[in-house]
Parts: sequence; C-alpha cells; structure tokens
Amino acid sequence: MGLLHRHKWLVPYFLLLPGLAWLALFFLVPLGYLGHQSLETQNPIDLSYAFKWAWSNYREAITGFDPQLFRSLEYGAIATVIALLVSYPLAYWIAFRGGRWKNVLLLFIVGPFFVTYLIRTLAWETILADDGPVVHGLRYLHLLSIFGSNDRLLATPTAVVAGITYNFLPFMALPLYVSLEQIDGRLIEAAQDLYASRVKAFWRVTLPLSMPGMVAGTLLTFIPAVGDFINAQLLGRPGQYMIGNVINSRFNELQDYGAAAAMSFVLMAAILIMIGVYARAIGTEKLTG
Amino acid sequence: MSAVAQPVAARPRSRAAGRALTRARRELLTIYALLGFAYLLLPVAVVVLFSFNHPKGRFNYTWQGFTWSNWTNWDAVPGLKPALELSLEIAAIASLAATALGTLIALALVRYRFRGRAVTNVLIFLPMSSPEIVLGASLLTLFLSFSFFTLGFWTIVIAHVMFCISYVVVTVKARLIGFDRHLEEAAMDLGANEWVTFARVTLPLIAPAILAALLLCFALSIDDFVITNFVAGQEVTFPLFVWGAARAAVPPQINVVGSAIFAVAVGVMLANVLVQMRRARKGAA
Repeated sequence: MGLLHRHKWLVPYFLLLPGLAWLALFFLVPLGYLGHQSLETQNPIDLSYAFKWAWSNYREAITGFDPQLFRSLEYGAIATVIALLVSYPLAYWIAFRGGRWKNVLLLFIVGPFFVTYLIRTLAWETILADDGPVVHGLRYLHLLSIFGSNDRLLATPTAVVAGITYNFLPFMALPLYVSLEQIDGRLIEAAQDLYASRVKAFWRVTLPLSMPGMVAGTLLTFIPAVGDFINAQLLGRPGQYMIGNVINSRFNELQDYGAAAAMSFVLMAAILIMIGVYARAIGTEKLTG
Repeated sequence: MSAVAQPVAARPRSRAAGRALTRARRELLTIYALLGFAYLLLPVAVVVLFSFNHPKGRFNYTWQGFTWSNWTNWDAVPGLKPALELSLEIAAIASLAATALGTLIALALVRYRFRGRAVTNVLIFLPMSSPEIVLGASLLTLFLSFSFFTLGFWTIVIAHVMFCISYVVVTVKARLIGFDRHLEEAAMDLGANEWVTFARVTLPLIAPAILAALLLCFALSIDDFVITNFVAGQEVTFPLFVWGAARAAVPPQINVVGSAIFAVAVGVMLANVLVQMRRARKGAA
C-alpha cells in the first residue's frame, strides 16, 4: 500500500494484472502452442510428435477439407443475414414500443438461451422431425421439396442453418437493441418535422444510427456460427458437416493433432479474411468505432 | 390557380391515408414482434412439454402421454445427478473467480489513464471473438504439453474463468461509464479515504452490474459444451452428459433439468428487472 501511495501510476496495473495474466496464460500462450502443434508431424510408430515446420499440415487442411471450410463460411453468412432480418424488427419494437416493460421484454430474447445449448438444439430436432408439424406444414404448402430433400427437413442444409440462426440470435439481437435504444427520439422527430416521410426518416436517421449495433451483432453472430459444429452434428448428416466437425473429430476422436491444429488456424484466417472484406465494404471506422 | 389549389385539396386525403398506413404498419410491426417472440419461445415450450412426456422407447421425440414421474424421479438416470452437481460446482467457482478478475480490469479501464489501454482492450475483445473450438483446441494443446496439468476438474475451471472474464469486463464497464463520479468526490471531501470510498460508495453502486456479471458467468459456465469437451478428461459435466445421451438415448429427465435451469435463470433475471423497475419508479417519484 505504501508503494501504491508513492507510485499512483502503478494502481491500474495492479488492478489489471491478475485478469490479464489469466488471459495471457490461458488464451494467448495456448494459441502459441496450437501454432507450434500445427507444424508438428506424428511418428507413425510410437505416435509421438516432433516439430518439423510441417507446412504439409496446412496443405492437407486446405486441400483436403475445403468443402467443409466453404460450407462453414456459407452457412455462417446465411445464418447471420437471417438473424439480422429476424432480430432487427424485434429489437426495434422493444426499443421504441417497449415503454417501461423494455427490460422484461428483453428477457424473451435472452431467456431461451438459458436452456442448455445442446437441449435447445435437440428441441429443434423434435420440431423439425420427419412427422413433425413443420414438415407437414411445408408439405401442405408444397414447399418441402424447396427447403428439404427426400421429403424431410432433418439432415438438410435448411435444418442446420435454422439451428445455427436460432442458437446465435441473441448475439445479434442484443447489440442491435442497445444501439436502437440509445437513439434520441428527437432526431427522428426532427427529420419528420423537416418533411421526411416515416420511411425516409428510418432510412436516413434510424438505420445509420443503429449501424454500430448491426456491425457488432454481425461479427458476434458470424464468428461463432462459422466455428460451430453442434448444429451440423445433431441436425445434419456428414454431407452438411462444417470445419468445426472436422476439427473436433480430429482432436477428440482421431487424435490427429497436427492437422487439426492447422485447420484451426485456417479457420481463424478464413474468418479474418471475411471480416476484412466486410470491413472494406462498410468502412473500417464503423467496424472499430 | 388550380395548380396551387390541388395539393391543398389533396392534402387531408393523403394525410388520412398516411395515418391508416402508419397504423397498419404499427400493427404489422407488433404482429411481427409477437411472431418473433413465439419463434424464440417455441423450443423452450418443446423442452418443457417433453419433460412431462411418457416415452415408450429410448428416444423422447414423439408425444406419448403426460406424466409427472420424470420430475419426481429426475435423478433416476445413472450419471445425471453427479454431472449436474459437477456443473454447478464448476460454475460457482469459475463465476466467482472470473467476476473478481474482470471487475478489477473494468475498474482500471474506466477509472485510469495508462499506457497499454489499447492492448488491454484488444486482449479483452479477442477471446469473445474467437470460435470456441479454437479456444478449446488451443487449451488442450497447452494442457497436454505440461504434465503439471491433468485434464479434469481444474482444467475445466481454468477454461471457464478464461472465457468468462471478457463478458464480466464488458458488463461492469457499461455500468461504470454511466457512473456519477461526483458521488465519490463528495465522499472524499467528507474525509473518507480511497478504500472507504470504494467500499461504501463505489461498490454498492456497481453491485447490480457485478451481480449481473456473476449470473452471466454462471450461465455461460453451466451451458458450455465445446470448450469443456476438449479439456474435461474423464469428468462429465451436465452438457457432456447430454451429448453422450444424444448419441444413445435421450431420457426425459434431461428435459426436466433443462427446464429447471431455465426456470431458475429466468426467475432470477425477472426478479432483478422488477426490483430495478420499482427502484427507478421510486427514484422518479
């Protein structure tokens, strides 16, 4: 305490130290080990690993599993767009029409996500089941052949994307709500006083002001969605497996650590490239601001 | 002349039409929101409903009849109760540790100007924006590289604290930013030192945020499957138990536990929200 009194500038560092040390030791250092692992080869006889700058792991990860990788990016992107379209009006309605019940209404968005992830995905398995109401409804509307295949929804891309969309929806809805809720209603009134129609006021005032929420929500939804493997495993079949399925089975079932580690880095690189493209499209200032 | 009169004459009609349109859109948005809530709650309803199912086979997918017995015999499935107890224990330890570490970081970030803020912010943001599978895989490689770590209880706790810290920082920071610093200055002017000010003024004011962070961590920890699956070794937490069951047979007791966790979490959050609402109303009156 005497030391802190004499050197006040040290105080923030003491506050930061335990938490940041934890993150450094158990987040950054492990990433380094994963990088090291990704360049190791396995001795086929005694199954030991040796570091050999084995870039072949990366070649294997990219050429052997590019369908899963591109599928992951595709499913992740579709799920993110649907989640945005579903949750924007919902967040808007709570923010502008919720009145003093806003926080209670937010529980409707957050609440379902306190049902264990695996259990709510299994519930989707029940909902989309072959004899379930959704399959019957789509069949009645003659839409089943469009969304499903072989007269069913389970084990199709539709089921996997639907599961991903649902499971990561709050990551989209909550940042959207926060940015919509902060909008000063007087700005919208001002636009209307200046003869903007309601639609125009929305496009020129509300939508741009909610941009930070859309950007944050898009990233927070897209990243876990691309890395997910639970939905593909429970709602799909191997034809819909994503890169996460490959990484998980390589690590936890086949114990092929070198290739699995390389694949993890390929996944991260793919995500970073997608974020880079997205940042170029909308402008980096909006991304970081 | 007519060119001027026409818009004036047309105006009331278009305004009425506009009002009708606005009203329709207003209703449309409300209907959309209700449908959205229904969509969000549908799987919850299925989980709760099937916790009362009386399944004939090994799988709990089709409705067979109502029974209370899954709730009264919730621990009849071998392995379920120990798995749940393990999850609760890990969640309690991990959420307390992560909340303590994260709150300190949030205090430093909001209260002090120091070199390395940007780096700190990046380090907080990165774990939240990395795919869980990468976090799990990298932790496993670390743990396997040192014989000091044996996969099990403590490696799970380490992992859970790691991914919770960032969420605590974000939650507590939000509250600290909206905090009136004059209250602390007033305490200091009245002769309280820094420690007393912190304990008697700052802490009580940010307590709701700390509590919210604690609950969030607890929920994240008890729900985590992907990372835990990498670092659990022989231990079986509740999500790992569900995963194992999903491959063989899904007993309805899993829905019972899922419904119970949901009910407790939503009950606590609802109570928190209602208390805050009452406080806000009292403050306004």
